[in-house]
Amino acid sequence: MKTRRIENGIVTAFTLLAAACWVFPLYWAFVTSIRTDENVVAKPGLLPDQFNLSSYADAIFNTKLMIWYLNSVGTAVIVTAVVIVISMMCAYALSQIRFPGRRLLYLVVLASFMIPAQALVVTQFILMNDIGAINSWAGIILPQLIVPVVIIVYKQFFDAVPKEMREAAVLDGGGEYTILFKVYLPLNWGITTALAIVTFIGVWNAFFWPFLVVTSEDMMTIPVGITQVNDAFGVAYARIMSVAMLAALPVVLAYLIFQRRVTEAVMISSGVKG
Amino acid sequence: MAMLENRRKKNLVALSMVAPFVIVFAVFFLYPTLKMFELSFTNAPLIGDGEWVGLDNYRRLLGDRIFKTSLWNNAYFVLLTVVPTTVIALGIALMINRLSGRLQALVMVLFFLPYVLPVSVVTQIWAWMLDFQFGVLQPVIAVFVGKPVAVFKNPDWVMPMIAAVTIWWTNGFNVLLFIAGLRNIPSELYEAAALDGATKRQQFRRVTWPLLWPVTALVLTLQLILQLKIFDQVYLLSGGGPFNSSFVLLMQVYREAFQLNHGGYSSAVATVLFVLIAVVSVLQFQLLRIGGRR
Repeated sequence: MKTRRIENGIVTAFTLLAAACWVFPLYWAFVTSIRTDENVVAKPGLLPDQFNLSSYADAIFNTKLMIWYLNSVGTAVIVTAVVIVISMMCAYALSQIRFPGRRLLYLVVLASFMIPAQALVVTQFILMNDIGAINSWAGIILPQLIVPVVIIVYKQFFDAVPKEMREAAVLDGGGEYTILFKVYLPLNWGITTALAIVTFIGVWNAFFWPFLVVTSEDMMTIPVGITQVNDAFGVAYARIMSVAMLAALPVVLAYLIFQRRVTEAVMISSGVKG
Repeated sequence: MAMLENRRKKNLVALSMVAPFVIVFAVFFLYPTLKMFELSFTNAPLIGDGEWVGLDNYRRLLGDRIFKTSLWNNAYFVLLTVVPTTVIALGIALMINRLSGRLQALVMVLFFLPYVLPVSVVTQIWAWMLDFQFGVLQPVIAVFVGKPVAVFKNPDWVMPMIAAVTIWWTNGFNVLLFIAGLRNIPSELYEAAALDGATKRQQFRRVTWPLLWPVTALVLTLQLILQLKIFDQVYLLSGGGPFNSSFVLLMQVYREAFQLNHGGYSSAVATVLFVLIAVVSVLQFQLLRIGGRR
């Protein structure tokens, strides 16, 4: 029994060591960001030896970081809200209303899983050009509005709502929209927040499409914009790491605050937990 | 009559609920897909019309050395990431599963954290970690090969290093799936196995592994699809170089369309990628059905 406990202790210690190594790059990026550039190239040790925020100030005042923040927040919030609402309505109709074409539509949703959006960028770009949406929020937003998995998850949750709830609401004379927003949505707030957060993180982090559709620095989102800082700064790692920290901050905070919800959403949307 | 009226009204309500999704899907997804197929048979530039050239673009692909390099690099990248990340994620999930309470939650957060970062943050951090002159990992590399290496400028190092960065970034997702899978295994099975005198190793082989197989299959196929679509990390870390040694399919789509102004040819490359991923996805779907899901 005693050897078992020692063995357990060793495995736990190893796990913690592995976890520490795994987050080391983040730690190192942070430590670098609070040093001065002169100190960084002098190769100091692994422990923080300085608390200097000048490179953060530099990043905030001498780059377009704040404009990129605005673009990221704006587009990510709009995409998230629209995705949640249109997916919820579509899933509700698929789950609760019998209408012609219902099965076909569900098949289309399932099939759209298999469409790699990345392969469509060329023709999506041409389309955006045709409607004059290059270098605009609309251009960033529109092709990101399809997230089939949100529909699938909502449909599963709506399917699981007891039929009596719906019948009672129908007897009360509620229309479908009333039933959805007054009964089904309140019953599913948990999964709604979970889906909204992972959608938000996903859109905030989107790189390839915003990178293609935006060429003007003033319209860039955070993940695209910060690569410009790289070019502008040359080798100035303290400043580059400060920018990286600021770019990651919103999603890291969103994750840490809603950690359980994110975990739940990841597990549910990949089908390993019903 | 009233019933017919009623049904019509119901259909209209349903239509109004699905319409936003259907319209967005048709305009921004379906249309570009069909347009991509069409364009791949023309010699159109990125913006503007072209002429119908039949299968010329596809014929050209067969002799295109960069296309072959890209295909090979995509395959190489899949090889470098898919199985390794699955094995690593399973190992980490097993380690986390032994812990409990707050410690478990903390360790899970630490392993998952990189996954929520934007790709450009990830690449900037790793470009710094592996910087030729000042990178904190260069002494580690020097221990193994005797000297520092400019990893993203070296044809032999570039793909494995991008793969390593990718695994670090995305592995947390797979860890979560494995943890969910492990939690789904009823603890009675372990108790029964222990009563029958099964050792830990036997328990893993006879209980954990078979019951975890559906999740493992899911992780493998999800990763396969994800890694076929690789672009961001490569573009940001190596730009496809040196000497095209990290050039991948999506990068060829990008270069042909946006740098060389070959809309038609680029669409042909995109179509190949599209079909490749669609086939893998259908296989995945079948696999999941056999696994008894959905």
